[in-house]
Amino acid sequence: MSSLVTTFNDIAVVAHRNVIKITRVPEVLVFVLLSPIMFVLLFAYVFGNSIDIQGTSYREFLIAGIFAQTVMFGATFTGAGIAEDMQKGIIDRFRSLPMSRSAVLAGRTLSDVVYNILSIIIMSITGLLVGWRIRGSVIDAIAGFALLLLFAYAISWVMAYVALLVPSVEVINNASFMVIFPLTFVANTFVPAESLPGPLRAFAEWNPVSAVTQAARELFGNIPTGTPEPTAWPLQNPVIYTVGWSIAIVAVFAPLAINRYAKKAKG
Amino acid sequence: MTTRTAIEAYGLTKRYGDVTALDGLDLVVPEGTVLGLLGPNGAGKTTAVSILTTLLEPDAGEAKVAGADLRTSPELVRERIGLSGQYAAVDEVLTARENLHMIGRLYHLGRARSKQRAVELLERFDLTEAADRPVKGFSGGMRRRIDLAGALVAEPPVLFLDEPTTGLDPRSRIELWGVIRELVSGGSTLLLTTQYLEEADQLADDIVVIDRGKAIANGTADQLKAELGGERVELSVVDAADLPAAREVLARYASGGVEGGEGSRALLVPVEHGIDSLSRVIDGMREAQISLSDIGLRRPTLDDVFLTLTGHGTQSESNDQEVNA
Ligand SMILES: Nc1ncnc2c1ncn2[C@@H]1O[C@H](COP(=O)(O)OP(=O)(O)OP(=O)(O)O)[C@@H](O)[C@H]1O
Ligand SMILES: [Mg+2]
Repeated sequence: MSSLVTTFNDIAVVAHRNVIKITRVPEVLVFVLLSPIMFVLLFAYVFGNSIDIQGTSYREFLIAGIFAQTVMFGATFTGAGIAEDMQKGIIDRFRSLPMSRSAVLAGRTLSDVVYNILSIIIMSITGLLVGWRIRGSVIDAIAGFALLLLFAYAISWVMAYVALLVPSVEVINNASFMVIFPLTFVANTFVPAESLPGPLRAFAEWNPVSAVTQAARELFGNIPTGTPEPTAWPLQNPVIYTVGWSIAIVAVFAPLAINRYAKKAKG
Repeated sequence: MTTRTAIEAYGLTKRYGDVTALDGLDLVVPEGTVLGLLGPNGAGKTTAVSILTTLLEPDAGEAKVAGADLRTSPELVRERIGLSGQYAAVDEVLTARENLHMIGRLYHLGRARSKQRAVELLERFDLTEAADRPVKGFSGGMRRRIDLAGALVAEPPVLFLDEPTTGLDPRSRIELWGVIRELVSGGSTLLLTTQYLEEADQLADDIVVIDRGKAIANGTADQLKAELGGERVELSVVDAADLPAAREVLARYASGGVEGGEGSRALLVPVEHGIDSLSRVIDGMREAQISLSDIGLRRPTLDDVFLTLTGHGTQSESNDQEVNA
């Protein structure tokens, strides 16, 4: 077998194993199913009526933001999974096998896309039930979903690297929350970036989470005509900005993580 | 056929901050033989195994495993070895069969061959009944067996087993010994680490005793025992008050110092003439009117070897060292 073929084989075997685990661990399944539903309902009904967005219903505005936040949390799953595998010695077993050095991480980040697809499907159904609609073309909507998944995939590589540095499920989960909450709140996910005060506004406008949210919103057709054009460049060109960030993140963190994996000594 | 070496390592050294886990360890294991790497907690056994299986890079030293150089072609080494680490590394959510199948696929055996190997190994390790249950519900012994089976999936010529029987009850341990013996009779080379002197004695052709990262003795079990000098007479007195008198009698026939006594009624002494010495000791005790509850001749165990070589038991001091580390 050529080395490229073996690499694909190895990635597929690892990803398959992780997907089996998603379906077999009830806690995970519940998390996949319930937390997106909870997010959609919570925001739609708790904040939905108290926040006014010009020209559109807040629910419609909100959905893309919730999608973005949920897939970001989905990416922390990558870190937790790798940390658990390290703790249980599974990573060392993999490292002693004649498999591709990139396969464990590539397989993991890939299977977490499956996980995120599941949660997007569930969130979309919930969203549709509470009145969210896709008002653009199907192609655009698919592009919107793809962009969300791409960005989450990039974040997965960051989490993979972090997990190899600090192989503790608890630390990973806590640290991820400390980073992901600010990143997803100081953004245009739940309120328009323009409504934030000074420095927060600048951060939100250049925050890639805002860009991916903005892009999804546009592609779902959830930005009503007459909404003022955003003033910041990233929000004017959210698709390019999101793709750029995603590629940059993978380009930096995938080699870092794979290198770390190859060198990693247990403990 | 000439004997070739399956594992040769020179000057393996690994430091963790102030702790020297390995301190210039040399190992040579001829093909088809079993080397027992024997040492207490913290001796450096796992570190040595991790280096030889490419999991860890040494600070110094070099090694060849199954004909491949560790430094220049680690991927070749990985193709030719099987590892069962100190803690069973099996996926708890997958079934036993799925675990083995996955490992087969990652050794690039192909789908059909991986399936077939899984079936063979499940049978051999007596796991057929549990094959399709998640490993989560397995007992410690079953986990150990499935982990060991994982190391054998690709029928690698060189095997590393890090404390394969630690934590098993005596029955499971003896069962696993049987499996390991069978394995080795098939011609594999095995490096086995253990804290149990009896285990090394039972399974290994050669033994290397390590302590604090250094080899402090090596040879066959018999050689190591011989190094300690012949046999010993061991006895217990009925009345502790007789101990001083018993010591005196023993000293007459001894070829070394009398051990024991403090806190127990047992005494131990090396002798030169085996049965002859034993019968003289018995006569001597009778003359001195010391009644014995037990007396016998015994060959030194590897525990004695360890005590003599390191001046400490297999557990005591090195445990403290680990706590401090
Ligand atoms: N990752 C690490 N960081 C720091 N010190 C370490 C690390 N791994 C091992 N050590 C130290 O190196 C020494 C040798 O450890 P090693 O695990 O090789 O011992 P061992 O013989 O396998 O012991 P045990 O019987 O307890 O498994 C110990 O003092 C240990 O504390
Ligand atoms: Mg160990």
